[in-house]
Amino acid sequence: MKLIFEKGAPGQHLTLMPACDVPEVNLSRPRTEPLELPHVSETELTRHYTALAKRVHGVNDGFYPLGSCTMKYNPKINEDMANLPGFAQIHPLQPEGTVQGCLEALDASARLLGEITGMDAMTFQPAAGAHGEFTGLLLIKAYHTHRNDAARTKIIVPDSAHGTNPASAVMAGFTVVNIPSGPDGCVDVEALRSAVGPDTAGLMLTNPNTVGIFDKNILEITKTVHDAGGLCYYDGANLNAVMGVVRPGDMGFDVIHLNLHKTFSTPHGGGGPGSGAVGCKKLLAPFLPGPVVAEDGTGYHLVQPEHSIGRMKNFYGNFAVIVRALTYVLTLGREGIPEAAKNAVLNANYMMKRLSEKYAMAYAGPCMHEFVMCLQDLKDATGCSAMDIAKGLLDHGIHPPTMYFPLIVHEALMIEPTETESQDTMDAVCGVFLHLWDVAHNDPQALHNAPTKTPVRRLDEVGAARNPVLRYIPHD
Amino acid sequence: MTFPAELKYSKDHEWVKLLDDATALVGITDFAQSELGDLVFINLPQEGDGVTADEPFCDVESVKAVSDVVSPVTGVVEEVNTQLEDAPQKLNEDPYGAWIAKIKDVSAFGELLNAQEYEAFTQK
Repeated sequence: MKLIFEKGAPGQHLTLMPACDVPEVNLSRPRTEPLELPHVSETELTRHYTALAKRVHGVNDGFYPLGSCTMKYNPKINEDMANLPGFAQIHPLQPEGTVQGCLEALDASARLLGEITGMDAMTFQPAAGAHGEFTGLLLIKAYHTHRNDAARTKIIVPDSAHGTNPASAVMAGFTVVNIPSGPDGCVDVEALRSAVGPDTAGLMLTNPNTVGIFDKNILEITKTVHDAGGLCYYDGANLNAVMGVVRPGDMGFDVIHLNLHKTFSTPHGGGGPGSGAVGCKKLLAPFLPGPVVAEDGTGYHLVQPEHSIGRMKNFYGNFAVIVRALTYVLTLGREGIPEAAKNAVLNANYMMKRLSEKYAMAYAGPCMHEFVMCLQDLKDATGCSAMDIAKGLLDHGIHPPTMYFPLIVHEALMIEPTETESQDTMDAVCGVFLHLWDVAHNDPQALHNAPTKTPVRRLDEVGAARNPVLRYIPHD
Repeated sequence: MTFPAELKYSKDHEWVKLLDDATALVGITDFAQSELGDLVFINLPQEGDGVTADEPFCDVESVKAVSDVVSPVTGVVEEVNTQLEDAPQKLNEDPYGAWIAKIKDVSAFGELLNAQEYEAFTQK
């Protein structure tokens, strides 16, 4: 397929640009060469992007069980609200008095999400989950520094964690202490006990964890860290399993991030924009990035927290994503939020049970909102790997699950159906999975050759990683 | 899968070749490269770095994941195999030829297995 730059011909153009209604100015450093712009007509432009759209797979096209990514359906009312002129046609530097509705939306979002998570204050500046992790860790660092407790340099991370956890900790200037998971996939409490001490700044934990299991020792875990003087960070990646049912704040966490684009439904997976809102308990609120919204009886104002760590992003974060999240929360309400979580868990258990007819599960059920299959035995028996099964799914119009994660499970496939899939859809998908199991045994070469029906066949992932071409270079 | 008899092996899947009493070449085993899959990047240590037995001193990246390479010995990095930077695939093609680092002043070893013991260990 051609790039937009390779289409059209000189002189072709379109009329999407409005007429210039401001005076022209002479730039002090005028451009010496013309801009490299495509020369295409409006027809050609439309066809180009429609052709691109036809070649991708999104949650609007079909099942998308990408574990740990919560690819749920995004209600279209979210788009309507985010596109209201009062939200969409504003400038971040408008006077406060003219954007009271936007500030109220931020304040309401902080209150409602704070209630769902058991947190006292929130910032919406972080642009995505890992950015939220980094922000949360800087809050922990500022807290210890403010107390003149400079010895706390270590962040404890279990070996099942998302890779961003240790990466964020290192970026924030901490040393990472890795602790092993027990055979049940949960934190090894004894290992944690021997890891904490006067050098512990905090613990980062995802609960339910990355193998889809709610850590039953969570209160003991957070108490162990608190008793040692550390703080507890909740990675909200898997909040979809428990939202409205149990609150991270009640589990003993001091600071959390939410992936609003996942759990609270914004189209995601194409690189953004996202929102990694960070919530915290009162003890960390004075350190939050500024400005935050405060209401004083006369209206809403942007204020700087007393010991703010500073800005994490320009202005107030990805505002339209916050509006979508607020819409979602208000639409579902007090009953709908926990119902969505429970259905997410129910769907995952339904698929887990059906697939366990043939596939080996990494951990015994029941699971939370996702589960991990271990295909090592299948690979040993047939030569077909998790990768081959994933590629086989593509020919059936199904997006593969997350592969080769978490790292503690060999030949892992991690399935998260989400709450927005019907039983019919899941039955059909389970049928495909079970069919592929048979194909692996009867005709493994067919799976090694998959996919055969997609716009592009099996990609050269090794070549792409070894020799990445990251920039378009115009041809002569 | 090969397990050359003249090498020693760690349970973290590195091999050690002693050049003299206090100098050793280290690399990853055939089993390790096979489990990791096609390697696309290596983050080498630097000459002069101190390394400690049973602690990571290097990492390798496959299309699946980044993995630590754990040092089987304690000593000082005398030389690194910079060829691997541009050609990490050598770790897959020739794991026992593609040494990662030459370690001098070797003062301690982690738990090392002989070829037979290591082969049995990989089959567990």
